[in-house]
Amino acid sequence: MQTRLRLYFIVILILCTGIGLILYKHLALGFPLLPDDKKFVWTIEAKIDYIAQGNPVIVSFTLPPKETNLTFMEEDFASSDYGFSELTSPTGRRAQWSKNIATGAQTTYYRLSLYENDWIADQPPTDPPLTPKQPEFDEVFKTAAVTLLEQVRAKSANAEIFTRELIKTLNSTSPNQNQRLLLSDHADDDYKTNLIVNLLALEGISARVVRGLYLEDGRRRQSLTNFVEVHDGQQWLLFDQSTGNSGKPENFLMWQRGGQSLLDVVGGTNSKVSFSIIRNVQSTRNLVVRSSMNKQAGLIDFSIYSLPIEQQNAFKMILLLPIGALIVVIMRLIIGIRTSGTFMPILIALALIQTTLITGIIMFLIVVSTGLLIRSYLSRLNLLFVARISAVIIMVIVIMASISIISNKLGLSQAMTVTFFPMIILAWTIERMSVLWEEDGPREVFIQGAGSLLTALIAYLFMTNRIVEYLTFNFPELMLVNLAFILILGQYTGYRLSELYRFHSLERRNVTNKR
Amino acid sequence: MLLTSVRKLKSFGIIGMNQRNFGLVSKYNPRHLYPLVDDKLKTKMLAQKAGISVPKLLGTLHFQHDVKKLRETLEPHKQFVIKPVTGSGGKGILVITEHDHNFYYKPSGDSLRLSDIKRHVSNILSGLHSLGGKPDTVMIESLIQLDPIFSDYSHEGIPDLRIIVLKGYPIMAMLRLTTHASDGKANLHQGAVGVGIDIGTGSALHAVQFGNPVSRHPDTKKIFSELTIPHWDKLLPLAAACYEMTGLGYLGVDIVLDRDQGPMIIELNARPGLSIQVANCAGLVPRIAVIEALSSIDPDPQVRADFSKKNFSTTLRMLPPRKLRTRATDLVTK
Repeated sequence: MQTRLRLYFIVILILCTGIGLILYKHLALGFPLLPDDKKFVWTIEAKIDYIAQGNPVIVSFTLPPKETNLTFMEEDFASSDYGFSELTSPTGRRAQWSKNIATGAQTTYYRLSLYENDWIADQPPTDPPLTPKQPEFDEVFKTAAVTLLEQVRAKSANAEIFTRELIKTLNSTSPNQNQRLLLSDHADDDYKTNLIVNLLALEGISARVVRGLYLEDGRRRQSLTNFVEVHDGQQWLLFDQSTGNSGKPENFLMWQRGGQSLLDVVGGTNSKVSFSIIRNVQSTRNLVVRSSMNKQAGLIDFSIYSLPIEQQNAFKMILLLPIGALIVVIMRLIIGIRTSGTFMPILIALALIQTTLITGIIMFLIVVSTGLLIRSYLSRLNLLFVARISAVIIMVIVIMASISIISNKLGLSQAMTVTFFPMIILAWTIERMSVLWEEDGPREVFIQGAGSLLTALIAYLFMTNRIVEYLTFNFPELMLVNLAFILILGQYTGYRLSELYRFHSLERRNVTNKR
Repeated sequence: MLLTSVRKLKSFGIIGMNQRNFGLVSKYNPRHLYPLVDDKLKTKMLAQKAGISVPKLLGTLHFQHDVKKLRETLEPHKQFVIKPVTGSGGKGILVITEHDHNFYYKPSGDSLRLSDIKRHVSNILSGLHSLGGKPDTVMIESLIQLDPIFSDYSHEGIPDLRIIVLKGYPIMAMLRLTTHASDGKANLHQGAVGVGIDIGTGSALHAVQFGNPVSRHPDTKKIFSELTIPHWDKLLPLAAACYEMTGLGYLGVDIVLDRDQGPMIIELNARPGLSIQVANCAGLVPRIAVIEALSSIDPDPQVRADFSKKNFSTTLRMLPPRKLRTRATDLVTK
């Protein structure tokens, strides 16, 4: 009983470690549990054009902040002949390109690819608001502003509603005289944003400009859209200045917060920035592996992913073996199927993966049956055992080569995959089956042969399942769970399914005896 | 119904393969003792030392070059059996009942040349029949003479008696009769008839072939109910004594009856199979429970055999064979 308790303790320990690691990878590192999990990767290119005057040039450009819910995969500051530096200040990151002498039309690029981490919630900024600076309006303008504010204040109860009402009033399709005066005729977006911020300051509400980019696939020559962010006493709220709606829209990348300029060019004129956006679909798993490697997450850094691709591919296969072993354990201990050689079915299943199912099974049957035929002749030659098994190996190779060559001539390229079958194992199978035939008759050969093939088939179906394949490779911790299962199955002392058949005659006789 | 339910098997007290491996073989049989029974030569030596009769050893072949001397080794013996020393399940056993200068005859009448026998011997030496393919040794034994009591019950072979001995107590017995289907081999898988034998009296209880009940021998048509094993009182202590001899707690003892020399041990098995339950139409569980409940094991095989006779006799009905109740009997008892 003591050993049994110890075993259960170990099993639970292994199981918890395995499941814990899987959950950690899923929840903390974002590994998806299904292979088809896809993410949109946005590639944004900012193109900065200006005319240089032949003097030293400094181009300073605001970069988007690194929010926690975004993963920046790559940032690229491609501009030939320019010196480049990235400056970080409390107000945000800026890129600075510089050149000693430049003349004529100049272009610099900034490229960013990013994706959203959907397992981390979007967090609003937490920085405290500054006391609003009173705007300097002339008399007429101020009167109009105060009238408008009074009008809006009458309809609102707090800062949030006030802001929404203010924006709605300014955007109304039938503006009154005050609004027309405030907005003036040549009003562009920036002017309007500043007006809203100023009007809110007049009301004593902290507000600031936010610029961002709507992410839409295939857009070119886009510019940033202005939003207003308002502090309502507790938190910052984002308002769309053209609709008055609050909250962050979908697929919107916050580029800049606060009033500083987006682009400064010293030594150049006619500067302008335009954005183009492309969307790619990539598998979440690849993205996560890459970003985890970059972050040096210990579990990933010391994992199969750190191996060269070739070795990774080898492990893809190796990590499937435990699944096959589990199938064999279940088939033998629970179902009670007899196979020839304990783990031969797994090796056959591995070969089937390479050859595809139908071709593989046909080929296996051809090789084994031809082998048995030739082997029955060999048994008459009076050979020593080791010599005979070696002869069988050579025979198997000859059969394989003939199958490959003949099928190639016939144009059946599939059959050439016969080489993936493990030759030594096939030779052993042939030898064992041949002995079995001589001693226990063909019936036993068919039972064991069919049992082996069935087990191989089931193992094959599991091992080629995309989800199983994905999980075993990306969550090698599953092996621990698998191990725990096998340890538990090792304790199974109940009847095998085949024994229900084996002993079924007992039931009949017991009943007849009684009567 | 081709399948029975787990509940019914449990109520019959049937032991399954997993239960056997886990609860009997690995519990009672320390692995270091396996060679004593896996190596038939060692078993034979042990048995001889313990005064238990075994078939006479005519010769052994250890190396490939010994095969050259095979003719000289075989020459003086009219009849003999060639066996691999570590074979299991009756594999690799060749019985020769007769030979003239060129031909050796099997019980079935098939003739073999010396070269065929040499090949068979080489196969055994290179480990074809041994566990794990290890190099093996060949032993040549004297042929068992069929006891006339079995002459009507066997076809081209010698029947053998399998007795399961748990901690020194014989708990179940089965007679394996050769048939035409089994090619003269006493192997149930190949079609030998298994006859459950009452531990108390040595008389036949049930018989099965290929898992199905039979009442007569399929070849000789002799009815089994008239069969009683002779020397039963001598046989049981003989089987029980194998416990002291090997130290294995769960043992299958294979005994043959020789016309001239009486019961002899031919083989011991540390992993005896479960077909014996089918032949006896009874499960091992209740009998194991009786033995496991004993506080001490009597050192005298004779006393143990008597205990088993008293407790496991089916005809004396000392132990209800199984808890099978039909609806009809339920109603009656109520």
